[in-house]
Amino acid sequence: MTKILVDGIEVDVPAEYTLLQACEMAGAEIPRFCFHERLSIAGNCRMCLVELKGAPKPVASCAYAVKDCRPGPNGEPPEVLTRSGQTKKAREGVMEFLLINHPLDCPICDQGGHCDLQDQAMAYGVDSTRYGENKRAVEEKYIGPLVRTAMNRCIHCTRCVRFLAEVAGVPDLGAIGRGEDMEITSYLEQAMGSELQGNVADLCPVGALVPKPQSYNIRPWELSKTESVDVMDAVGSAIRVDARGREVMQIEPRVNEDINEEWISDKTRHPVDGLRVQRLDRPYLRENGRLRPASWGEAFAAIAAKVKGADPKRVGALVGDLAGVEEIFALKGLMTALGVANLDCRQGGERLDPAWGRASYVFNPTIPGIEAADAILLVGANPRTEASLLNVRIRKRWRMGPLAVGLIGEDTDLTYPHTYLGAGTDTLAALAKGEHSFLEILKGAERPLVIVGGAALADPAVIAAAAALAKDVGAVTAEWNGFGVLHTAAARVGALDLGFVPGVGGLDFFGMIAPGALDVVFNLGADECTVGAGAFVIYQGTHGDRGASRADVVLPGAAYTEKSATYVNLEGRVQQANRAGFPPGDAREDWAILRALSDVLGHRLPYDSLVALRRALYAEHPHLAAIGSVEPGDTVAAVDRLAGLGGTMAKAAFASPVLDFYLTNPIARASRVLAECSSLARGRALEAAE
Amino acid sequence: MLADQDRIFTNLYGLHSPGLEAAQKRGAWDGTKFLLEMGRDWIIDEMKASGLRGRGGAGFPTGLKWSFMPKKSDGRPHYLVVNADESEPGTCKDREIMRHDPHLLIEGCMLASFAMAAHACYIYIRGEYVAEKHALQRAVDEAYAARLVGQDNVHGYPFDIYVHHGAGAYICGEETALLESLEGKKGMPRLKPPFPANMGLYGCPTTVNNVESIAVAGTILRRGGAWFAGLGGKNNTGTKLFCVSGHVNKPCNVEEELGITFRELVDKHCGGMRGGWDNLLCSIPGGSSVPLVPAEQIIDAKMDFDTLRNLGSGLGTAAVIVLDRSTDIVQAIARIAYFYKHESCGQCTPCREGTGWMWRVMLRMAEGRAQKREIDMLLDVTKQIEGHTICALGDAAAWPIQGLIRHFRPEIEKRIDRYSANPHSDAVPMAAE
Repeated sequence: MTKILVDGIEVDVPAEYTLLQACEMAGAEIPRFCFHERLSIAGNCRMCLVELKGAPKPVASCAYAVKDCRPGPNGEPPEVLTRSGQTKKAREGVMEFLLINHPLDCPICDQGGHCDLQDQAMAYGVDSTRYGENKRAVEEKYIGPLVRTAMNRCIHCTRCVRFLAEVAGVPDLGAIGRGEDMEITSYLEQAMGSELQGNVADLCPVGALVPKPQSYNIRPWELSKTESVDVMDAVGSAIRVDARGREVMQIEPRVNEDINEEWISDKTRHPVDGLRVQRLDRPYLRENGRLRPASWGEAFAAIAAKVKGADPKRVGALVGDLAGVEEIFALKGLMTALGVANLDCRQGGERLDPAWGRASYVFNPTIPGIEAADAILLVGANPRTEASLLNVRIRKRWRMGPLAVGLIGEDTDLTYPHTYLGAGTDTLAALAKGEHSFLEILKGAERPLVIVGGAALADPAVIAAAAALAKDVGAVTAEWNGFGVLHTAAARVGALDLGFVPGVGGLDFFGMIAPGALDVVFNLGADECTVGAGAFVIYQGTHGDRGASRADVVLPGAAYTEKSATYVNLEGRVQQANRAGFPPGDAREDWAILRALSDVLGHRLPYDSLVALRRALYAEHPHLAAIGSVEPGDTVAAVDRLAGLGGTMAKAAFASPVLDFYLTNPIARASRVLAECSSLARGRALEAAE
Repeated sequence: MLADQDRIFTNLYGLHSPGLEAAQKRGAWDGTKFLLEMGRDWIIDEMKASGLRGRGGAGFPTGLKWSFMPKKSDGRPHYLVVNADESEPGTCKDREIMRHDPHLLIEGCMLASFAMAAHACYIYIRGEYVAEKHALQRAVDEAYAARLVGQDNVHGYPFDIYVHHGAGAYICGEETALLESLEGKKGMPRLKPPFPANMGLYGCPTTVNNVESIAVAGTILRRGGAWFAGLGGKNNTGTKLFCVSGHVNKPCNVEEELGITFRELVDKHCGGMRGGWDNLLCSIPGGSSVPLVPAEQIIDAKMDFDTLRNLGSGLGTAAVIVLDRSTDIVQAIARIAYFYKHESCGQCTPCREGTGWMWRVMLRMAEGRAQKREIDMLLDVTKQIEGHTICALGDAAAWPIQGLIRHFRPEIEKRIDRYSANPHSDAVPMAAE
């Protein structure tokens, strides 16, 4: 620890702190543009200049370490002045230079109202200009469908370049030209090839890069902001849903160090237009082969007519990828009351069982825990598409120091180097037998991490083999939980926590959707499958997608931005989404629909409000009450049990469940923005294949 | 005036062959092994005793710079990088060394590298110096062939030397930008600290020296630091290559003692001032980046680091640009401002935005199309750039204009008056045209 004086206040900071950090410790505010906590230090905007006693000129506080400061002649601590004349003059000078070529188009700039340059010009600038020459004009660049450019406004802080190079791991942006002719561009004006490109618009301190889909549509001060969580994948990124009136206008990331830091993927950010179109806004009934609008009463009556006469053994319930814990709980309650054992939530065909213990189906090391791993084996997982933010963590870990990553499955660009071991079960078996040198790396690692992805979960023998390998290499000990399951659906872990799996003698997911297997199927938002012929299907969901088109009765539910619902992410972290707007038309919150239906079916669920439902939920599953935390599971026991499953692996290559990153659920499929991203990504893939 | 026997660069004018054999006859590579056997500390002490100040412009004591290198390696290799990116307008001394006396440079590289425990040396040559690259490469090949350098050389100190050709950017003469460029990145200066002596080329301890600083090392060590220190004045010792250009009768490169007066330099070596001494307007004594010094101050001034600094200018690279009364001094400084605007790398704000601003205002002032209050504004802008940038290019861009305003303000005002007194009907040219 080193003592340093900031404006006369003495603070004791670690020697490797920068002056900027020391100043913040002392409560002094330092303006900055290029500096960002999660990016490398560029030191080029010069806004953070401060006076350092004894230094011949002001120093860039973002880049100057406390340990580089010389103490005074008699050993006094070094002194930084953030309010002195020299500092003030330096800031005013830099601000003037930033503004001379910055257009005066704040009234039409989308950044207006949350613009760093605007704010800091107010705080640290002078009131008038001395610049009488013509301003610089820079051509707009095309850098993709998600970010609009207005390069006249660029202040060359290079945050966008550093983000893409460091966090996203793609070399798509750079600066060409020099001096005042320097321009930020993708050079050939191609779209950025990253699933995180939307973040550059957040990072841009001015209006040079602004989100394109909502451009010219919103002003920050007219939005009501709701903190929520994302359900586009199982990571559960922290988001803020901004709505104007009842309409969601944009989704922005929120800081959550445990999950997404402050980034979100493009799929998380831009399903906004998908929330508006293709919506189910009233119940529908199938008559003469066509769905016709109906009232709630008609729909419930039709369901009651079918269910009341049905044999519970011929009734089943499916839970899809986006359902919240509350509605799954209500559905389970209703089905139990009806005596139905055919329940399943494992739409991807994952052969996981809550009976094996919670640690057998969650990502035990947790996302921050990845930073402690020193070797990673990916079994049938492509984290870049299945859990982008988790991939960002692995990349972050790789940037921190040497990290060996082995991949079994489809070979792909993960944004960090990896050893490709092979395509499928053969490779896993060979690796376990030590026929590949990567086993030595795993065994030699202090904290090896085995990640089992969706592609490897369909066969219990594969899960068993992966668990046995994890045990063998010492990935699971009392101190280190190096075995993680990579889910892709936001609802999955929550549903498994509730035990929404077949009861005694019940059919599993694929058994239920087989033609003729059941008479009545209750489908809660499962859109990645089609129920076979013969069954009467009740679909409850939000979008007119695959599920609704196969339904006999459609019950309109609420999307994740329209209800307060609990989600459990892949780590087993319990989080709550909040309501930013209301469901459209006659659509209702899902638990309320099920509660009303239960009444019609004669098995009234014992709660009349969300609070009462949650009380019942927490009584049955206490860990779900601990919002924001992960209940630690017994990984050793769970992995032992998994390894003990044994079985022979069928020879097969692992195929990722995520075929198209941008179109994995009905909301995303309804979005035009994501459709454009998807088509661009396909084009890139084709180009790469050539 | 420097005696002939005290000249270091005896083939400055290319009258003899630059080849190895001829160079050895002139004294290069003489007793190098003996010098190396004297040890690292002796070399550094001798360099310190010589009082040699870096010849690249900043004038930092070379021996002291060498002593900053870690004494013991922490496992990382050490590097010597020679800055041959001689781009300062008016400067052409390193060019002559590489053309005609390359073996002095190569020998100096060997000695300096040994003193810093570096086993590899990179010479970064300016992109425009194509002939010099070939000349130097030829000399390096000769030295390799004669086993003077290389992994297994006659001196018993494994040492490799590489000639790297830049792409022609002024900013790559800044030592950290040079290192970036050498690493294959964009030539943009690094933030300091850490300094290259800790984290230089590829993150390893590195010393960057000017060609001339290195090339004189062999002779200094052979003849002793005391000999070198005996030339010139206190704190400004030794000999220096002066590049005199501009309005003198015979512009030339010449090796002279530091502290020679401006008058003697011009009279003895350049055939005198064009049109006589009364015709002298001013001089830019250290390459385009230092402030100009008006005639009455420069004429009898000693050409050394400290005297010129006290005159508000600097010796820089000792590229003496002489300007006579026919010069349009405002236009001349405007042209220099254009150079810095063109060469700014664009990394940090004050330089990127400020150099263009200064140039545009200077352009108008050269015409007189400006307001008198803009002179003070321009001065203020130069102060806003100076000292606020990552590297010294911002300072270099600001100083010439500061010098102009300091000494020739009435000239600018006169021009503005003349312009406003003659309102003409032709359209005001726009920047976009």
